[in-house]
Amino acid sequence: MDEFSESLRLTVQLLVSLEPELVEIVSLSLSVSVSATVLAALIGLPLGAAVAVLRFPGRSALTALLNASMGLPPVVVGLAVYLLLSRAGPLGELGLLFTPQAMVIAQCLLITPLIAALARQTLADLDENCREQLQVLDTRPLNMVGALLWDGRFSLITAVLAGFGRAIAEVGAVIIVGGNISGVTRVMTSTIALETSKGNLALALALGLILVTITLSINLLVTGVQNVATRRYA
Amino acid sequence: MNRRRNLLNIACCLLALISSQAVAERFIVVASTTSIENSGLFAHLLPPFEERSGIQVRVVSVGTGAALQFGRRCDADVVMVHAPDLEQDFVASGFGLERHPLMHNDFILVGPDHDPAGIRGLSRAAEAFARIANTQSRFVSRADRSGTHAKEMELWRIADFDPTASSGQWYLETGSGMGQALNTARAMDAYVLADRASWLGFGNRGQLQVLAQGDPILFNPYGVILVNEQHCPNTRSAAGQQFIDWLVSEAGQQQIASFTIDGSPLFVPAHTD
Amino acid sequence: MMPLKVSGVRMERNGRALLDEVSFCLAANGVHVILGPNGAGKSLLLRVLHGLIEPDSGQIEWAGRTPVAAQPELGMVLQQPVMLRRSVLSNLTFALARKGVPRRQRKAQALRALAHAELESLAHQPAPCLSGGEAQRLAIVRAWVQRPKVLFFDEPCANLDPRSTYKVEALIREISASGTQIILTTHDLAQARRLASEVLFLANGQVQEHTVADLFFRSPRSLEAAAYLEGQLLL
Repeated sequence: MDEFSESLRLTVQLLVSLEPELVEIVSLSLSVSVSATVLAALIGLPLGAAVAVLRFPGRSALTALLNASMGLPPVVVGLAVYLLLSRAGPLGELGLLFTPQAMVIAQCLLITPLIAALARQTLADLDENCREQLQVLDTRPLNMVGALLWDGRFSLITAVLAGFGRAIAEVGAVIIVGGNISGVTRVMTSTIALETSKGNLALALALGLILVTITLSINLLVTGVQNVATRRYA
Repeated sequence: MNRRRNLLNIACCLLALISSQAVAERFIVVASTTSIENSGLFAHLLPPFEERSGIQVRVVSVGTGAALQFGRRCDADVVMVHAPDLEQDFVASGFGLERHPLMHNDFILVGPDHDPAGIRGLSRAAEAFARIANTQSRFVSRADRSGTHAKEMELWRIADFDPTASSGQWYLETGSGMGQALNTARAMDAYVLADRASWLGFGNRGQLQVLAQGDPILFNPYGVILVNEQHCPNTRSAAGQQFIDWLVSEAGQQQIASFTIDGSPLFVPAHTD
Repeated sequence: MMPLKVSGVRMERNGRALLDEVSFCLAANGVHVILGPNGAGKSLLLRVLHGLIEPDSGQIEWAGRTPVAAQPELGMVLQQPVMLRRSVLSNLTFALARKGVPRRQRKAQALRALAHAELESLAHQPAPCLSGGEAQRLAIVRAWVQRPKVLFFDEPCANLDPRSTYKVEALIREISASGTQIILTTHDLAQARRLASEVLFLANGQVQEHTVADLFFRSPRSLEAAAYLEGQLLL
């Protein structure tokens, strides 16, 4: 129990002191994961909507693939991106390994299938409701994808939030492609892993509490907006 | 439509933001071991060099095996590790240039206070290993091809014992870094071979204590090697060499010597004289 | 678009004939009412005519074209129209965009249409929040702004109060007067009397009678129609 109260004390202390190093780590965590989420949403939402709306051969196989890749282990994604970006790999020339961009790429790959799969589920339900209506309004399939994305916008926030949550919480991928370099690629989760390995368990837990607090605040904020908007259009 | 454009703008800004963070005029990537990172040496060692040279040193800390692998795949400019045999192979195979002795400390045998195998104070490490095996006391192995793991396997060979046959019984192959192995040993009341720097920087000791030390075989030398630009054309050779030159210079060696925790030095510079 | 020729259209589900050798021809202008009790197959027939559903057998020709080919000129107001989750105005501009109306002209056209439906004051309200009558009127002008040559209505006033029914029917008359052909299903005799110029009486998936409205209401020829007009339950 000592460690729990100790980490609570440390959490408060860290939050009050707002050391520049902590601020830097938190802001890198946020900018990497928010960027990855924005990119993943730009790819994943239309992809999910297309799979929900369009009828094409291999559609159910693609759906199964998307659903399965929601459980992609971050370490595997990290390793794949490492092998791509490594100097000895096909994209080595870009010199992206051990940079925040590499972390964005890895997290984006990790959560795009998740966002796409959740969007597909949400929009498939909506599609069932609206399909005939859109058809009689002479809507072509591609416009149908756009119309459903827009009509489902408030429900899709949940899919995007799930993606963000997975991105900001994962450590396996960022530690491999980012290298946990102090001041360059060190984020909340990799700092927590490092402090754990140093045996500074209370500090690690305190950082974890801060991470949870941040994630929770973002979720509350976004769901608040979502609720207001949904009530308006319910 | 406007909203969609806004979203794109935000995305671009964010990308620009993180790009700007990553752009340092000159930097080198050093692949090093968790033992050095966990001890806190880099935070003490790097600022004077970075300030003087204007070169940012980006340290990626992994096990020795993985650090050398980074060198082999051209993902690092400099490797700083502690497994002399592996380092010699690395240089001999043309992946690295010269190995420069950097510093040393020693490995120690850590175990629970009540010492079920009775190794406290033994001066021969191999004998301590034999007793642990004979009493089947729990032992945590890094099992990650790190420098520490290499030393541990060497000691088992001298003790003429193959612990992997008992893997999963009293011999626990964790495949983890030094800190994680220490955390595991603490939680399981097990013995573990550790490097002194990690131990001194470790905050979760509990019942663990240093039980055996001082055997010359436990000598733990660190070397630093510049990656061979003939093998890896992208190597930042000039900056890397500048870093190595400074490390082995008097200024660098003194900086290593002046790093202490609670008054005890963690590393002894290689060029003390 | 006219004439619409339907011959031998048949649809079966689970061994039951939902549409049984339906044949008729619509040539005259006006409001064609497909009348019949619930479950007679009216909605299904409407969907088949529009091309949303393909029949098992039989032929449908819109001035020689298949329903799918004619679709761009067919409009439909569903029995339970779905409001897109955006403003009332955007529901209309969406419909206009689908017909390739240039972006600049959409808003003005949409506002004019809203005036017809007496919905101008609600232009910027979220469409899903409209009352039943308002939603139905919006659905009607949403279909109308696409300028179809034929507009289908599937039970347009089911579940509406008399006041809303009155406004919806006025709108339908206005659309008909503008030259658009109307094909409307209803099970409501009174509504059929008010709107129909021709009646197609459907029961048990079969066309029982197809005549000019006056004649139909004065002296129905089929037994089923006569019974229905007398208010008997058709089983």
